[in-house]
Amino acid sequence: MATVHLPRSLVTLFPDPPPRRLEMAAATLSDLIARLDEGWPGMLNRLCEPGPQIREHINVFVDGERVRDLDAALGPQAVVHIIPAVAGG
Amino acid sequence: MSDRVELLVGTKKGAFILESDAARRDWAVRGPFCETWPIHHLVRAGSDGTLYAAGGNAWYGPSVWRSEDDGATWSQSSTGLTYGDDEPKITTIWNLTPSNGTLYAGVEPAGLFRSDDRGQTWSHVAGLREHPSTPEWQPGNGGLCLHSIVPHPTDADRMWVGISAVGAFETTDGGTTWETRNRGVRADFVPGDPPEFGQCVHKMGLHPAHPDVLYQQNHCGVYRSDDGGRQWTEITPGLPSQFGFPMAIHPHDPSTIYVIPLNGDDKGRHMIDGHTQVWRSRDRGESWQSLDNGLPKRDAYLGVLREAMATDPLQPTGIYFGTSTGQVFGSADEGESWQLIADFLPPIWSVETSIANS
Repeated sequence: MATVHLPRSLVTLFPDPPPRRLEMAAATLSDLIARLDEGWPGMLNRLCEPGPQIREHINVFVDGERVRDLDAALGPQAVVHIIPAVAGG
Repeated sequence: MSDRVELLVGTKKGAFILESDAARRDWAVRGPFCETWPIHHLVRAGSDGTLYAAGGNAWYGPSVWRSEDDGATWSQSSTGLTYGDDEPKITTIWNLTPSNGTLYAGVEPAGLFRSDDRGQTWSHVAGLREHPSTPEWQPGNGGLCLHSIVPHPTDADRMWVGISAVGAFETTDGGTTWETRNRGVRADFVPGDPPEFGQCVHKMGLHPAHPDVLYQQNHCGVYRSDDGGRQWTEITPGLPSQFGFPMAIHPHDPSTIYVIPLNGDDKGRHMIDGHTQVWRSRDRGESWQSLDNGLPKRDAYLGVLREAMATDPLQPTGIYFGTSTGQVFGSADEGESWQLIADFLPPIWSVETSIANS
């Protein structure tokens, strides 16, 4: 099971918000986001843009490494952090 | 029963609702809503007064927010708000306009979407971007945004839209095909005669009692069309500047319009000489009067953006505008006198009104 950490600014977009930390079975990053979208419809559109690709200012780290490839494989004990980039004013 | 007046305010950092009674003298502020997302437009629609807010977030993209409990809780969706995987990505939503049970959204880069299920899913009104001019659309300083959606009040197949730095279009077949509607409108930023498209409309609208009469504040003047946009007549003379963003039509008098001239497109785009004025015409733009009673007359370098002026339907009509520096000014007497009704809000992008009985 992958352990996923979600940012506050993402979970608060959903009326029945997901926990900030949850565990999910997923073989790839794409699978993981699809599972999140099943549980919280609309999550896919918040994390990905047409392409499909991860949104420009969303950073995803798998086991500490920044990953942009939605097909990236997740190990059975993967730790995934989804973190908005530093931006704004 | 008494009227409760609301100002629905979209800002760079969230949506707000300002509330008053029919006297429109004392106002309370609620918000920020929508998780402080940049909100270009906040409206109420439908018989139940559902709130819809539209915008786009730098991290999470464009979305339309909905609240069915007066702002207590919100959901959001952008399902279907896409041109496709190989097409330009939509960055934000500039305008929401309800019409005949449908909610329309104008987006950036310019396009029109519709929702027939209360904002849960969206479909592209593809005919507009199939217009042969589309490959030549170029963004202006404000982006390539579709900001004005003007449905015909009785003919569901007719609609006009306004796109910055592109101009006005009309459909008469429900959005399948569109024609440019820019004849008579200047485009000082391109050499030669005015082109068929490329004019920079800033805000366009009509009064439902006279649906063939359109008005627009343009980058290059203020205009009226008496034939549904086929030919425009400039009505700038009498105004201190051709440049401004918003334009509002009096809800009970189709001949009365309001604009807020700014000092110029290359001069800062603020109040002329720091003197805050709204200008009103009671004769369809043939003559203009300055309205500044109660507004700051010096050192007020305020800007007002395209969606940030609105009227209410009470008698006498109220008129309101929000500034790029977070002030909201209001008049409860058609612009004869004004008061500052909110200050210190984030930069204001839109103001709408709503009336409820309480």
